[in-house]
Amino acid sequence: MAFSAQTDAIAHKGDWVQIYRIVLEAGARAPQVPEDTQQVSLEARIKGFMEDGSARIGQKVAIQTLAGRRVEGELVVVNPAYGHDFGEPIPELLAIGPELRRMLE
Amino acid sequence: MSRGTSYQEVMARKGEIVNQAVGIDYQEFERPPIAFDYEEMMRTAGYSLDEVRAIQGEMNVGETPLMELKNITRLVRQLAPPGKGARIFLKDEAANPSGSFKDRRAAVSCYHAALKGYKGVIAATSGNYGAAVASQAARRGLKCIIVQEVFDSRGVGQPEIIEKGRACEAYGAEVWQLTVGPELFYTFLRLLEETGYFNASLYTPFGIAGVETLGYEIAEELREREGRAPDVVIATHAGGGNITGTGRGLIKAGSGRTVLVGASVDLSGLHMASDADFNRKSFTTGHTGFGVPFATKADRADVPRNAARSLRYMDRYVTVTQGEVFYVTEMLAQLEGLQRGPAGNTSLAAAVVSIAQELSEQQIVVVNETEYTGAGKHPTAQLTFARRNGVEVRRGDPRENRPGRAIVIPEDPGQIRAVDVDLDALRRSNIKNALEGLPEGYAPGPEEIRFLAGETRTDEAYVRQALEELLL
Repeated sequence: MAFSAQTDAIAHKGDWVQIYRIVLEAGARAPQVPEDTQQVSLEARIKGFMEDGSARIGQKVAIQTLAGRRVEGELVVVNPAYGHDFGEPIPELLAIGPELRRMLE
Repeated sequence: MSRGTSYQEVMARKGEIVNQAVGIDYQEFERPPIAFDYEEMMRTAGYSLDEVRAIQGEMNVGETPLMELKNITRLVRQLAPPGKGARIFLKDEAANPSGSFKDRRAAVSCYHAALKGYKGVIAATSGNYGAAVASQAARRGLKCIIVQEVFDSRGVGQPEIIEKGRACEAYGAEVWQLTVGPELFYTFLRLLEETGYFNASLYTPFGIAGVETLGYEIAEELREREGRAPDVVIATHAGGGNITGTGRGLIKAGSGRTVLVGASVDLSGLHMASDADFNRKSFTTGHTGFGVPFATKADRADVPRNAARSLRYMDRYVTVTQGEVFYVTEMLAQLEGLQRGPAGNTSLAAAVVSIAQELSEQQIVVVNETEYTGAGKHPTAQLTFARRNGVEVRRGDPRENRPGRAIVIPEDPGQIRAVDVDLDALRRSNIKNALEGLPEGYAPGPEEIRFLAGETRTDEAYVRQALEELLL
């Protein structure tokens, strides 16, 4: 089962959710893949609208994707957030602007 | 009939799936066992420059601003010997609809897919191309699926690729976010088979014809504004499409003598298919992990014959470090007021550094692209992520940069140096790869030698010499 931070969440028909599925099990991967990667499965995460009924995290569901296709998998997140951001200020970068401007004065 | 879905079974159907999904009969260009008619493929399967200009014009792709970086040029002249320091121009490709030059490729692929009656398009890409295809598909009313390599096995995603996935979803694409591995291609083949959509590969004649306008516009605009051709054009090099299309466009504009330089971020030592290495790199494209293998063997792509053949057009190939690219990205924002990149600034780092300093003040060097910046793909996002993954970030001598272990941000612009890659070694390796699978002692005929000379931008004597050495 996939890791999910939302252990108790319930999704209902029409909710925007993320599903998880294993595409290739460890051991069935491409022969040219290095050893560390051979030992893990190839996994996919796909988002879409829940098709039917209600489901808890970890249950098998079907979604309709933005391309209008039906895809099945294990429910992992309800209303998945984009967690990426601009990160922390990087002092090593902040110093560069003033240094370069001084050079051009 | 149900068909097998194991890795081996799907890969065995690769040719059949791809032919159906591209609609090109690559066989007719083959000149076995080594050669194929590249120009014939580009001419008959692709689109002419005028057609591409019309297609892109209709979609408001291309005709991006060519900016002179006057402050960076001033800075470079302080570092260069007297009389040296070329004028630096930048083609602001971030001004394309989805924020990168990849719109040029996607515009032609999606035009072709719609024309041929495909219901949708699929692309396997973790880069800006995904957003470009999704954006063009939206404008053409096509369905779109993008397959990306995003996570390691812990489920930790590369922020730059998460951002690109977000952009694809914003344009209405179904996004498959995969864990690390070259079976991205396997997944892509299964989806093509399942849907019957068009393979909007980066490497078809359509895609490459789309980039020709980039080289053409640079030459045309400089001739109009400055009365001269660019002396040097620098292009970030990964799969080879940027170099190939730009080179072909320059030639079509009558600027075949312009020196074309490829630049990649040095990621040597990191394995591209390694689960453990995946999140220890801060650049997901424009790096040597693609640049070198695609130069020595272009046909490793998702189509039988790759239209992107960088060694045919590249005069010089240089690498820069991750720290140098972050430094120059900061320079571009602070001195020129342009927040772009960072990955697209690889060629700018090479320009600022060595290449503009080698040229005289009268000469012109053009950096051929920028890309949009945003959450996840900004330098602060990438460096925060690097630190969280145990990569050391500090200032110092960029020669101490170690891919996956230390990102060293220069203390002074004078420390930045583009390092030349031995193009001869790449050419020889390209020739060697062309002979792969042939019986031992096979002697290529005159037509094949001419083909290999074209492939490596050399002459027949060069190829004969290389073959002799290989046979020893």
